[in-house]
Amino acid sequence: MVQVKIYSTPTCPYCNMAKEFFKEKGIEYEDINVAEDQEAEKEMVERSGQMGVPQILIGETLIVGFDKGAIEAALAGSSEEKKEEE
Amino acid sequence: MYDVAVIGGGPAAVTAAIYAVRKNLSVLLVTKDIGGQMALSADIENWPGTIKATGVELTQKFQEHLDNFEIDTKTDLVGEIVKTDDGFKIKSRANEYNSKTVIIATGRKPRELGIPGEKECKKQGVTYCATCDAPLFAGKDVVVVGGGNSGLDAVLQLISIANKIYLVEATDKLIADEVMVEKAKASEKVEIFTSAKPKKICGDGKFVTSFTIEHEGQDKELSVGGVFIEIGYVATEKPDVEGLERNEWKEIVVNEKCETNIPGLFAAGDVTNVPEKQIVVAAGQGCIASIQAFKYLSTTK
Repeated sequence: MVQVKIYSTPTCPYCNMAKEFFKEKGIEYEDINVAEDQEAEKEMVERSGQMGVPQILIGETLIVGFDKGAIEAALAGSSEEKKEEE
Repeated sequence: MYDVAVIGGGPAAVTAAIYAVRKNLSVLLVTKDIGGQMALSADIENWPGTIKATGVELTQKFQEHLDNFEIDTKTDLVGEIVKTDDGFKIKSRANEYNSKTVIIATGRKPRELGIPGEKECKKQGVTYCATCDAPLFAGKDVVVVGGGNSGLDAVLQLISIANKIYLVEATDKLIADEVMVEKAKASEKVEIFTSAKPKKICGDGKFVTSFTIEHEGQDKELSVGGVFIEIGYVATEKPDVEGLERNEWKEIVVNEKCETNIPGLFAAGDVTNVPEKQIVVAAGQGCIASIQAFKYLSTTK
């Protein structure tokens, strides 16, 4: 299964919505709380050049904000790649 | 061809969709997300039947309620609606949908300052969601624009996070609740500028570096790493509909039946000129719009 990382803050509603979305789909994700983890925050901001949460890393695809359409596309893309590999 | 197309995903849109589907109409719901502004509320304590819920919790309940019905839901952003001979054509960047009636319930969005540098520095230090992004500004100097309750709320959140907080208000006084203002004034970290006009935001190409205000007749450049804009909301301007009447605040003008000036096109919730922007009001208008759309369909061919 594709690796999912969610960079979030505990108070951010969109972050919680994103987490719920993955939970509902039964997709495991790593939740990175950037309010506490300063190193991860730096890494997140440097990677995207964007200061805002959530930032969601699906495989190699980075999505800034809770963009359901983009997340679904990224998930579909990653499962197709897998099929091709097989 | 759908009977009713509902544009939006907040309380007005969800209620409209539920009422329409229970009238046995074929329903299309086009939205970028479910919940809208409601999802961003911290605690909701005025939705009858639920003593207290977070915006996310209530949004989940709305989603469950929708899932209970046969509603064609598309995650899409509508750019334009065009009147046709037998109804409306609803256009997004990639798709087109057809429906006999349309209910626009696209809500509001945070108001922008409209000053140079704002657009360029979005997500590079300029944010409209303090609740989301405040923790990213640990140890930084920041500016909060807006002396209302949401501005003061941002300031109070930032006191425990940021190094220094400038509060900028364009008028001569802070209109937020006195309790919040007192708390802000009590903090050594907070410096307040009233009658201060925001002029520009500068960045180094990567992040915000300064915020310039005009204060007491002089330009003053505040060196900051973050800009929190909390100056209220405006009605969503998309989708474009030719000839649709909007008022000076860009709100869609509706009558008590949620009818717009275009027959078959209804609007509900925060995007309209309804006086109170509240979850229950939006839901109530969604209901009215939906029943009126049903009546419209029964009386026209």
